[in-house]
Amino acid sequence: MHNKSLTELSAALASGDLSSVELTHYFLDRIDQYDGDINSFVTVTSEQALAMAKQADEQIAAGQAGKLTGIPIGQKDIFCTEGVRTACGSKMLDNFIAPYNATVIDKLGAAGMPMLGKLNMDEFAMGSSNETSFYGAVKNPWDLDRIPGGSSGGSAAAVAARLTPVATATDTGGSIRQPASMCGLTGIKPTYGRVSRWGMIAFASSLDQAGVLARSAEDCALVLGEMAGFDEKDSTSVDRDVPDYTADLAEPLKGLKVGLPKEYFGEGLDSAVEKNIQDAIEEYKKLGAEMVEISLPNTHLAIPAYYVIAPAECSSNLSRFDGVRYGYRCEDPKDLTDMYERSRGEAFGSEVKNRIMIGAYTLSAGYYDAYYLKAQKIRRLISDDFKAAFEKVDVIMGPTSPVTAFKLGEKKDDPVSMYLSDIYTIALNLAGLPGMSIPAGQVEGLPVGLQIIGNYFEESKLLNVAHQFQQATDWHTQSPADYQ
Amino acid sequence: MSLTADEVKKIAFLARLSIQEENIQTYADNLSGILDLVAQMDAVDTDSVTPMAHPQDVSQRLRADVVTETNQREKFQQNSPAIEDGLFLVPKVIE
Repeated sequence: MHNKSLTELSAALASGDLSSVELTHYFLDRIDQYDGDINSFVTVTSEQALAMAKQADEQIAAGQAGKLTGIPIGQKDIFCTEGVRTACGSKMLDNFIAPYNATVIDKLGAAGMPMLGKLNMDEFAMGSSNETSFYGAVKNPWDLDRIPGGSSGGSAAAVAARLTPVATATDTGGSIRQPASMCGLTGIKPTYGRVSRWGMIAFASSLDQAGVLARSAEDCALVLGEMAGFDEKDSTSVDRDVPDYTADLAEPLKGLKVGLPKEYFGEGLDSAVEKNIQDAIEEYKKLGAEMVEISLPNTHLAIPAYYVIAPAECSSNLSRFDGVRYGYRCEDPKDLTDMYERSRGEAFGSEVKNRIMIGAYTLSAGYYDAYYLKAQKIRRLISDDFKAAFEKVDVIMGPTSPVTAFKLGEKKDDPVSMYLSDIYTIALNLAGLPGMSIPAGQVEGLPVGLQIIGNYFEESKLLNVAHQFQQATDWHTQSPADYQ
Repeated sequence: MSLTADEVKKIAFLARLSIQEENIQTYADNLSGILDLVAQMDAVDTDSVTPMAHPQDVSQRLRADVVTETNQREKFQQNSPAIEDGLFLVPKVIE
């Protein structure tokens, strides 16, 4: 049951062989059975899930079902869910019951998908290992001594262990693609502006984008189709029709021009990971794709520019947490400043503090030009690299992460070494481009992800390119031994 | 670049973050490491480059000036640490 695709589940629900209530119970039981070790869910919303499932069954019986009606989903705990605690991985919001739904939650609810619960994540989505969560680290189902990636580590671990058929996630610097890579999943980060950010707790607003973590490109296409679309409540939402993302999946890849950036195959890339990526490239050649060597010469500047822009925006966004209107407040503040300082000091974890302070420093008087403005200029150079590349190629490919999942604690106390693990994912967010990670091999039993980068709003092309690979290979159907 | 303990205290104050005295050196090391990473930008000449604020270079949309939100004070204040008569309570600001 838990290895069925969304299309197969949908068919079983439509035929009456299976009810949504049964399916939802099935996954709630799996969460109960397995999540104690993995820690992927921070809140399980059984009652709400079963009520939604019952409603879905009624819709199916009445012939009003959509493609996803009745299929359960897990929601990253960054999306506000009315009446349900939305903590964003932080002690700051441990007592926060969201008073409204994020647009993504509303849209997936309207699609008839019962919410199983809220998924663990790095605190305020700041991290690459899911170790910064107030609710404890998430374990990688492929090896419980290893990290699942981050920040959407709960989403990735839950889908990998088959505790939910699919999950929402968000990506500011790689937080969908890197956990997809490390947990053997298919993940898509759409073009900036494609999915509404309303009700998605902000980290770095010019980079944040919501997407999907699933087991195949086809599943991603189905769910993204329900999430995407213009929303007047998000000022950066793009007013553009949402295509049927499944329509082009079957297109053959003959003649597809694939760019291979030489900067993505250099120093720092694990040789066993590289071998897997090269094998995937060979597979694409067999499918008719033509490989073109390209250069993205400013790649090495992506991490430096990101660690100015993201902390600066984070420091502005997180200034709203002041202990006054909602969130954590310290005991017995002696005055207003003491209340601000201790509420924030006691409730934010150390990585969030690192980033807030970097942001406060780079935005402080006299430093703006040297840091933020400079980083925004570099951002232009990085974006121009991609523009030039897309004049020659249809998509760009390379590794998602230079390494497979590392051990818990390995990089926890060294922020810079943690940041460097996002070397291949961050440039996309700076440029606002869509990207995917798909399973493309394994090294010593740990999954390796191939990153596919597309031009603006070419999610359909990306999904097609990913789907064709998944028709020819079976890496995406493999699951961790203990959760089969 | 290396930040001193006093600089870290100043930044923490700007950000309104209380930091334990014994952790200041760790933050100084972390922040200095991040600023070293960021300093790689200095090697690039960007004088003629236009800064990029938004990936699609779009401008902010305007909407009609009409009421779209209703007052839900009681609902929103359910999350408040301290309220009285619909007001947020904070420590005394003016003596």
